[in-house]
Amino acid sequence: MSESNSTVSHLDLETPEKPFLDANELVINMGPQHPATHGVLRVILRLDGEKVLGLECVIGYLHRGVEKIGEHRTYAMFNPYVDRMDYVAAVSNGLGYCETVEKLLGAEAPPRAQFVRVILTELNRIASHQLWLGTHALDIGAITPLFYTFRDREEILKIYEKYCGARLTTHAFRIGGLQYETYAGFEKDVRNFLAFFRPKIDEYEELLTTNRIWVERTRNVGVISGQDCIALGVTGPVLRASGVKWDLRKAQPYANYKMFDFEIPIGENGDTYDRYLVRMAEMRQSVRIIQQAVDALPEGPIMAKVPKVIKPPLGEVYHSIEAPKGELGYFIVSDGSTQPYRVRVRPPSFVNLQALDVMCRGQLVADVIAVIGTLDIVLGEVDR
Amino acid sequence: MITRLKASYGSGIRPLTYAGQEYMGVDRSLVPEILQVLRNDEQFDYCVDLTAVHYPKRERPFDVIWVLYSFARNQRIRVTTEIMDGESLTSSVPIWPGTNWLEREVYDMFGIEFDGHPDLKRILLPEGWKGHPLRKDYGILQQDQEWVQINLGIESGQ
Repeated sequence: MSESNSTVSHLDLETPEKPFLDANELVINMGPQHPATHGVLRVILRLDGEKVLGLECVIGYLHRGVEKIGEHRTYAMFNPYVDRMDYVAAVSNGLGYCETVEKLLGAEAPPRAQFVRVILTELNRIASHQLWLGTHALDIGAITPLFYTFRDREEILKIYEKYCGARLTTHAFRIGGLQYETYAGFEKDVRNFLAFFRPKIDEYEELLTTNRIWVERTRNVGVISGQDCIALGVTGPVLRASGVKWDLRKAQPYANYKMFDFEIPIGENGDTYDRYLVRMAEMRQSVRIIQQAVDALPEGPIMAKVPKVIKPPLGEVYHSIEAPKGELGYFIVSDGSTQPYRVRVRPPSFVNLQALDVMCRGQLVADVIAVIGTLDIVLGEVDR
Repeated sequence: MITRLKASYGSGIRPLTYAGQEYMGVDRSLVPEILQVLRNDEQFDYCVDLTAVHYPKRERPFDVIWVLYSFARNQRIRVTTEIMDGESLTSSVPIWPGTNWLEREVYDMFGIEFDGHPDLKRILLPEGWKGHPLRKDYGILQQDQEWVQINLGIESGQ
């Protein structure tokens, strides 16, 4: 599908009208059905040979009108829908939504609920990063990490399944706290998982961190500066890998993150390799947080006093959390009825995906795959 | 800070607060200037979100909301403005490049146009779709049947 050599339609080996390799600019289409675009992302690439001159993303293939649905459901009924946006980090979505509605109501979840929320959300961060690592490495050509990460992610999903019966779209939290008390043996399961998982991170790192092919494929690929990240609104591990030490869990603590001791890992170069290192370090930090939370897990009620029918007073609130992929925000307008007047979701994947063009310019086509992987997008969240 | 802005712009700015969150209502004509001031003088270097709300019964039926954040201050602020149906706003892409897709989404979902946007077209819905789904007069089961029939070759998408 080239523009400039489309005139050469006949085979004329003797006297070509144009030299065969005259094509300076080539436009090719990648996706929406492409295994390395992580769903249904379509990218139109403008190339000079193998070099990317620019690209345009075409999105919306998975648009389900989540925000519109929100206006036609009660506050409690909409809760399961948010799980279906970033479906690999459903627990985080639920946390953001529940906390936003609680803000509107002026309610706060009781301490025990807060601790369980932090445990499940951080487990979800690990699960999300594991899925990212497996698929990202697979895209680049390393097949083994996928089996390792999926094997270990299963242990997290088992905890979810035992807790609420669902593995992916968990609907784990309710507005005001939790619906279910933890099952007998929850703390033991979480502790066992932490003991099991700690050496596994080393195992992943052993496969990749000094692997020459991995390093060559990721170092200096998809470089973006911290300034560009901020200008484009890019958040999460991508921003931190560019050297900006910013994490909403520290900057504007929500839930009870204030109580835990953890660090914000950052990178220096803002390349794909640094983003890999940052996410690996984040998994270790999540383990630290979960350990502290499970050790300090208090007894007590799990549900705040919220009315059966949730009817927040007139008003509007924006609240955001640090989801595994970046800042996940909810803007909810209440008109005093049982249904939100407007629900706006600020999805990290959608905003981060904008940086793809900047990050891919001057790179090779094969690197586009690496950059899509390193951005860690979920199309369910991009398209909503 | 809002009081300081209020002192220099007068009745064009209305400081508002809800659930401990500060935001301000700004007259449409002042919006480009205020956003510029917030970006350059008040260090709000990150435009978190841009969205709109439709109130069909109001005289000026659309609220447009910018959610801004300043890394230096660790502070969030919202700017809202009311506009008429068909009125456009000045694009903030020159100030925050990240608003490019956000403005396209507001255009797609509400039909609000942004002057000076480099490539204002639909983003989540396909080109050629009729209607703007997040307007209140757009039904939840409503679709552009014609588009579906022509482009997908099926009677209905439902």
